[in-house]
Amino acid sequence: MSKFDEASHYRQEDLLKIDWRPPKTPWMKTPVDFRPGTYIYPGKAKNLKVLDLPNPRDWSVEDQDWKLPEDWKKRVLDGMADRLSKYRSFKVFMDTCVRCGACADKCHFFLGSGDPKNMPVLRAELLRAVYRKDFTALGKIFGELAGARELTTDVIKEWFYYFYQCTECRRCSVFCPYGIDTAEITMMGRELLGLLGIYVNWVIEPVANCYRFGNHLAIQPHGFVDTLEFMADDIEDVTGIRVDIPINRKGAEILFVTPSGDLVADPGIYTCMGYLLLFHELGLDYTWSTYASDGGNFGLFTSAEAMKRLNAKIYAEAKRLKVKWILGGECGHMWRVIHQYMDTLNGPADFLEVPRSPITGTVFKHARSTKMIHLMEFVADLIRHNKLKLDKSRNDHLRVTFHDSCNPSRAMGIFEEPRYVIRSVCNHFYEMPDNTIREQTFCCGGGAGLGTDENMEMRLRGGLPRGSALRHVQEKYGVNMMAAMCAIDRATLVTVADYWAPGVKITGITELVANAMVFTGEKRRTRNLRGEPIPGMELEESETTTVEQGAAIHG
Amino acid sequence: MEIVTLGGKQIEIDEDGFIQDPDAWDEAVARDLAKTEGIEEMTEDHWKVVNYLRQYYLEYNMAPMIRKLCKQTGFSLKEIYDLFPSGPAKGACKVAGLPKPTGCV
Repeated sequence: MSKFDEASHYRQEDLLKIDWRPPKTPWMKTPVDFRPGTYIYPGKAKNLKVLDLPNPRDWSVEDQDWKLPEDWKKRVLDGMADRLSKYRSFKVFMDTCVRCGACADKCHFFLGSGDPKNMPVLRAELLRAVYRKDFTALGKIFGELAGARELTTDVIKEWFYYFYQCTECRRCSVFCPYGIDTAEITMMGRELLGLLGIYVNWVIEPVANCYRFGNHLAIQPHGFVDTLEFMADDIEDVTGIRVDIPINRKGAEILFVTPSGDLVADPGIYTCMGYLLLFHELGLDYTWSTYASDGGNFGLFTSAEAMKRLNAKIYAEAKRLKVKWILGGECGHMWRVIHQYMDTLNGPADFLEVPRSPITGTVFKHARSTKMIHLMEFVADLIRHNKLKLDKSRNDHLRVTFHDSCNPSRAMGIFEEPRYVIRSVCNHFYEMPDNTIREQTFCCGGGAGLGTDENMEMRLRGGLPRGSALRHVQEKYGVNMMAAMCAIDRATLVTVADYWAPGVKITGITELVANAMVFTGEKRRTRNLRGEPIPGMELEESETTTVEQGAAIHG
Repeated sequence: MEIVTLGGKQIEIDEDGFIQDPDAWDEAVARDLAKTEGIEEMTEDHWKVVNYLRQYYLEYNMAPMIRKLCKQTGFSLKEIYDLFPSGPAKGACKVAGLPKPTGCV
């Protein structure tokens, strides 16, 4: 009795019957089919009110009337004019496309659905056609002949459907000869919808939570502490080590920021336990923050204004705590915000120092502007300087591949460090095919706020290219673990892997590092951070008895 | 969003059937929410999970991580799925009147 929001509802043979031929009707005359499983629920009024966004109301996508404001058309066209004058990139992207088609088959949603409006060129055309009608002489005079289109409520509905069927992953942009950033086109589309109060709840509720509590999940300070302390208990159970948990500590050298998903969601929590262990072993002078308690920024999926409001907290907290620099955890889109928008949003961060590793002395000059480095840069440097004691054989039961997350790869260009770290802590590492990794990586299918269960059919379709590449290395090399340094990945790839390559599990990289690390004063390691026995490291029968007796004494 | 009758009260639920006002929750509401999850009879084991979630939520304003739920109630994840077929988040949390979790989860 599975429902449309469960993966088991969909049969592989049905999803694989993909018809890439376009429909017989012209694209402007082909209306949207809002099929359950392929769209996301609207933003709730209560969340819009928190953020002071326009037109808060409760509505349903399948309603005929979306309760738009009376002057909806003027709002959209004024908003478009405003953005065309404000963002040169938007104007260039509206004018430039030559319809060469290089992007067409690069989108995971087009590959997985066959819907031509998921070709990036046509997704952009949804905006361009309206742009031509109202902002170009040619379109004003020749109308449809010049590819111009009247803005109607049906167009608004189409925007909603397709701008929330884009994960802003930017794979298509890699292949565009003009470098058109389709993510920014989607971002503009979403901003314009936002002027009418049209959002999806999976994005706007996290934004509202983040605005009030500092994180997407509305974790409050005491919940934050309780969660990390529970992890410390589990860590002690497995390693015999009690880790320190410095929180909101003024004067610490480093502020550590990671996605809130790492605090609650399986398997991200094991990577979070890895952070705690690593920093404890290094004796790092650092702090967590209950205010800057999320690296994730769903504002990026909402509007420039929302992104700015959420990113500000990280730097405000760095200033308040008087840290020297910021270390960022295994987050995905945080790095798009930091690397490509931070400086003009909330910068310059001139009250901080250029990050310098207190362990190796390495100065991370490339981060001289944002003052924030990625944990994998930090760890790769430690390993390079031989500062971590590692026993790779503890990961010998794993055959690992690495999924480049869209934003760290394409927005940040971090390809080598994660691979260097994984190879340093695992003996068995295998790459997926070349056209599915590094800058050509395929999205998990659930980024940019699409990772919710009511969108399950599109997630599975969008996850098909990644899932197929994973299946390939599973069959060829026996890969049984895929590492990813993004919390959305760690949440959504579990579903994708279970469906397209069952048997492959998902992990963060720091989990692998911590499982291989030999800690000062550790007890004999027989279980990994998940509490599972490590093959080949089990206790002998005589030892088991002693341990069980010990356990009984403690409690 | 629609208004439905749960535990004899008129209560607003979202598209996934989660109640919108956590304060509207009581045991009669829980029993009716359980029925929407295909659980006809709330057993002692069901209550153990629901009461723990409820108590954690009232104290921390969030759901505990699933690992903690298992440890504190003594049930394995599989046992929780046996009790609540939609799982801990979409099943047990719903019956306990918690909001649906969002974000990178």
